[in-house]
Amino acid sequence: MAEFKLKIRRYDPEAGAAPYWDEHTVDLEPHRSVLEGILQARNENDGSIGVRCSCRSAICGSCGVRVNGKPGLACHTHLDDALASAGEDGVIEVEPMGNMPIIKDLIVDMDAVHWKKIQRVTPWLIGKEPVPEREYIVSRESMIDVTQSMACIQCGACVSDCLSMEVDPLFVGPAALAKTYRFVGDPRDAAHEQRLKDLGEDKHGIYDCTHCFKCIEACPKGVAPMNQIMRLRRIAGNDFHIKDRNNGERHEAAFVKNIEKNGILHEADLLPDSYGGKFHPRAVPELISSLPIVMTALLRRKMTPGKALLHPHKAPDGVKRIFEVVEGRDERNEFNLYISGTDANNEGTAEVAEAIETAEPAGVAPDGTEGSSA
Amino acid sequence: MKHDPIGAMPAYDVLIIGAGLAGQRAAIAAAKTGATVAILSKVHPVRSHSVAAAGGINAAINPTDDWRSHAYDTIKGSDFLGDQDAIEIMCREAPAEVMWLEHAGVTFHRNEKGEMDLRAFGGASMKRTAYVADITGQALLHVLYEQLMKNHEVIDRFEEWFVTSLIVSEEGECVGAVAREIRSGKIETFAAKSVILASGGAGQCFSPTTNALICTGDGIAQAYQAGAPLMDMEMIQYHPTTLAENGFLITEGARGEGAHLLNSEGERFMEKYAPNKMELASRDVVSRAEQTEILEGRGVGPDKQGIYLDITVVPRKRTLEALREIVNIGKDFAGVDITREPIVIQPGMHYIMGGVKTDIHGATPLPGLYAAGEVACVSVHGGNRLGANSLLDTLIFGRRSGEHAAERALAMNMPTVSDEQLGKDREMIAEILARPKTGRRVSEIKQELGTTMNRYAAVYRDEAGLQSAHEIIRRLKEEAKTAYVDDKGAVFNQDVLGAVELDYMLDCSEAIVVASLERKESRGAQFRTDFPERNDAEWLKHIDVSRNGGDEPKISYSDVTITDWQPEARTY
Ligand SMILES: Cc1cc2nc3c(=O)[nH]c(=O)nc-3n(C[C@H](O)[C@H](O)[C@H](O)COP(=O)(O)OP(=O)(O)OC[C@H]3O[C@@H](n4cnc5c(N)ncnc54)[C@H](O)[C@@H]3O)c2cc1C
Ligand code: SF4
Ligand code: SF4
Ligand code: FES
Repeated sequence: MAEFKLKIRRYDPEAGAAPYWDEHTVDLEPHRSVLEGILQARNENDGSIGVRCSCRSAICGSCGVRVNGKPGLACHTHLDDALASAGEDGVIEVEPMGNMPIIKDLIVDMDAVHWKKIQRVTPWLIGKEPVPEREYIVSRESMIDVTQSMACIQCGACVSDCLSMEVDPLFVGPAALAKTYRFVGDPRDAAHEQRLKDLGEDKHGIYDCTHCFKCIEACPKGVAPMNQIMRLRRIAGNDFHIKDRNNGERHEAAFVKNIEKNGILHEADLLPDSYGGKFHPRAVPELISSLPIVMTALLRRKMTPGKALLHPHKAPDGVKRIFEVVEGRDERNEFNLYISGTDANNEGTAEVAEAIETAEPAGVAPDGTEGSSA
Repeated sequence: MKHDPIGAMPAYDVLIIGAGLAGQRAAIAAAKTGATVAILSKVHPVRSHSVAAAGGINAAINPTDDWRSHAYDTIKGSDFLGDQDAIEIMCREAPAEVMWLEHAGVTFHRNEKGEMDLRAFGGASMKRTAYVADITGQALLHVLYEQLMKNHEVIDRFEEWFVTSLIVSEEGECVGAVAREIRSGKIETFAAKSVILASGGAGQCFSPTTNALICTGDGIAQAYQAGAPLMDMEMIQYHPTTLAENGFLITEGARGEGAHLLNSEGERFMEKYAPNKMELASRDVVSRAEQTEILEGRGVGPDKQGIYLDITVVPRKRTLEALREIVNIGKDFAGVDITREPIVIQPGMHYIMGGVKTDIHGATPLPGLYAAGEVACVSVHGGNRLGANSLLDTLIFGRRSGEHAAERALAMNMPTVSDEQLGKDREMIAEILARPKTGRRVSEIKQELGTTMNRYAAVYRDEAGLQSAHEIIRRLKEEAKTAYVDDKGAVFNQDVLGAVELDYMLDCSEAIVVASLERKESRGAQFRTDFPERNDAEWLKHIDVSRNGGDEPKISYSDVTITDWQPEARTY
């Protein structure tokens, strides 16, 4: 057992007073979750602490919060990890998620934002006709592929810190667009083109994302919403010749804001750094499917290859090889966690993994297993 | 569209309480008949506990399979306590239901031919479990919710509304419910021609449990308080593979994919207990085998209270693709990479086979009240539920109760409903809020209840233990009357609802213990060390528990329906 100090952001709408910080000390094993910490405080000290929770195991999506400023699930954040990212005073800060109005304490109004946006994307299958008597016959890979976006538990963590949504509250947003991919990637759906037209023409739609990576970082289920958005854009462009109507204006605004907030190198650093400063296994498939974005950014001179994207010691030639391998394919190859796992031995990923091996800093195995974090 | 015959009171043909798989399926089926429908849930529907189901759903969809084989496996799994007419219906209708789900959008895993793939599960004579990786419940629940969003004009959703009571008219019919909007604290009467209870299980009566914090037996207790009988309450399933520390589930899908169970001597001990089916025997059999190994000193882990589950024998690629969620659970909640080393598990409370007694249409003996899903007892699971049969149960009987409740409603007028129960429930909440800070904390009483149940009403039971459990529950019931709450507010007062849930859990627990005491034999999940044999002559019957007005549970019996399959010795 160890003691942890939790500072919980409290707000009582009936008190007519401003939000305040409320500190509690809890005694738990370090690998227990922040949620268990909050519940211990609630059970033993103050029953009025408001937090949504149910499953305790990162599947119901109730307990989205910010821990030390970062969005995620309280039940999916270990106390010791939270302590490691806490400030100098060693106090773990728990706040409600952002981009959504607060109802009470850690409870936000997801209906007003998140669920409205989900409803916006026609979130149900429009089955191809004729409906077969038995199941639709579709490829094994296609079903595994959409399972990645199906894995979304609608927790809202990605919405909480979406940069575009901060700039444009009407942006459809990462979760709803990941949900869209769940249909556009589903060969049984009859409305791929309409869906993409709809969300391509909406200026708050698929072209409103600034690829800031925040949703990828936030997502506890590996849905990688930004990657799903990029796949929607690719399919929209390649298969249906839908054009980016947004002209990147909003991107620019958000980009400037990002730079203001984080300093110039931050976005570029996010590539390798969002997974622990190296090519973490989970980053591999995500990195690969986000390469085209990097390309676009490079073309638009948002990043300069030598300085921003590639730290000089990170073997620019190797990365170039990754580009070559990926871009040189005839067939579009959509990677996701369920297909590739963290196994480098899977078809398709092997050659890329090999390319990555030469590109990445020494000491990390190609399948990344040595680098996996707890 | 809702009727509004008496002022502001919302009124519907069919009112559904609970938005897990059973409730949502009922709503869709009822709306399809043209009935007006409302669905209430104390959490947002996708947070319902069905979301946690991992392994899959059973249906004889393989052309070489036969629903009769599924029915036989289910009956044998139930230790012949299941009602065979209901089991036949469930198994016969399963393939069409699974196809309906597929057409609605569930991303079932496919085989190389592009057809639905099937995996092996415990107690089944062939592979018949359809699945979506190991997030089957989530995939199903989210797809049903897509259908609710699609049908938003015909199904009214009341999300984060907590039902406090069922309303029974003077004529003895269920005519609605009282509910509190959690966000505002507003409390309201909902009038309805038919009410469907779909409020899930009661796992929180036990600690630890695989069940979520919201599984507090609300519907079981509400029906019991309204006068509907409960059935098979003694049948509590302990799942063979739960994490020792926090009760989290490791899906049976792991053993379905080939994982082994090992004791401290490295033996695959299931050879001794179920030489044919090994790790894939029925859950009661595997849990008892594990508990026996532990009691005889061959447990593993720091206090020797565990068993090894070895998933490393499953090809790593397959594990990562098909058991992804438990790879994460192992990593995040036990610090173990299950693809590389065995993980320590133990039997843990998982499911309640019993519940509100219903017929094959989901109707309870209380006119106007239906029940479906884990809250109900049809009984298709009898003494022991097979893995992947519960999702099926929720959907088949959710749909059937939706259809029948609507049919009943469409043939009658809207009953007049008084605000009497609303007044009582308002007072009950006010009374809880007004309690002085002298009593015990709600969380403390709940914890004592959970450990008590897990000690005395677990895998092995006996008279003395069950008696002491009953005494403790009676005492806790008294203490609960003065349990105080800190939160006095109206907005999202989870504290006061926790006190209400505690009362529900105590009622459920009492029914469980009383029924376990009553059944003086060993069958399915109930193993009485003082009556270690199955005794068909005296106990091939259901135990019903009802309250009949007073606070003391009353016992009665009902027959087990047998169609084609006579009871026989049960070996795996
Ligand atoms: C970890 C785990 C894994 C499982 N895996 C499988 C599996 O692989 N296959 C299988 O077949 N079964 C599995 N099961 C069992 C199965 O998931 C459940 O039995 C089933 O989902 C129950 O569904 P339900 O619709 O009856 O209830 P739930 O999904 O529990 O829904 C209950 C609903 O009632 C509402 N509610 C409750 N009380 C109130 C109230 N007072 N007022 C308003 N609303 C209320 C809740 O908000 C919720 O919406 C698993 C169970 C667990 C715990
Ligand atoms: S990548 Fe796009 S969708 Fe994701 S958080 Fe950033 S702006 Fe939002
Ligand atoms: S995409 Fe991830 S972070 Fe966003 S709602 Fe879904 S699970 Fe949560
Ligand atoms: S409590 Fe369910 S996701 Fe955290």
